[in-house]
Amino acid sequence: MTYSQIAVAVLVAVLVVDLAVLRTRMVTRRVFWVAYAIVIVFQLLMNGVLTGLDVVTYDPAAIWGPRIAYAPVEDLLFGFSLVVLTLASWAAVNRRANTTRRRGLDTRTRRSSTR
Amino acid sequence: MGHLTYLSLLVGCLVVTAPLELLLGVRVYARWRRLLLAVVPEFVVFVVWVLYAIAAGHWDYSAGRTLDVRLPGGIPVEELLFFLVVPVCAVLALEAVRKVTGWDAGYPAEEAEAGR
Repeated sequence: MTYSQIAVAVLVAVLVVDLAVLRTRMVTRRVFWVAYAIVIVFQLLMNGVLTGLDVVTYDPAAIWGPRIAYAPVEDLLFGFSLVVLTLASWAAVNRRANTTRRRGLDTRTRRSSTR
Repeated sequence: MGHLTYLSLLVGCLVVTAPLELLLGVRVYARWRRLLLAVVPEFVVFVVWVLYAIAAGHWDYSAGRTLDVRLPGGIPVEELLFFLVVPVCAVLALEAVRKVTGWDAGYPAEEAEAGR
């Protein structure tokens, strides 16, 4: 598989995880898109330096060809998938932890209120 | 910056986002156990991807602009750190936007539960 093919496959997989597996639905939320808008600015800066200074170099045969700020466009898919997977996972971990904690508080409250 | 180029960028990411924790009080590092747990899937998926890409020759790293310390599979130590630093910055960004706007992120606010 080329970089391009993997980038598309991982993007699809990550969207399935967000929407259907964890059901965190990050990509449907305003808070996510505003955060991503901030992240992508820094991503383009950092990626621009990494690729502009040839810290990372790409095999021309493995990419589509078009570049944005020195970096192959595939890097945008790469970065987007990374952010979606991380934030969906972060939401899932917090959802579980906070729900558990809330249940614990509810139990204590109920117990004390019956005494 | 030579060998420190890539490492400096990673440190820069942490420095630039540090005020979100220290001044805005998003409590992301404060929830470090959850943070570590949340980063695991991303870390595994992307490190596997990078190992495959290195093996397949999709991309390569400059020996002169990295520490040139290669871990098993040929992955530079900075690239491994990238997959810890960048997701942490993304979480900081999300929590900052959530804190400032109050918009729903799909899970109960931790602040209220922690009594802060």
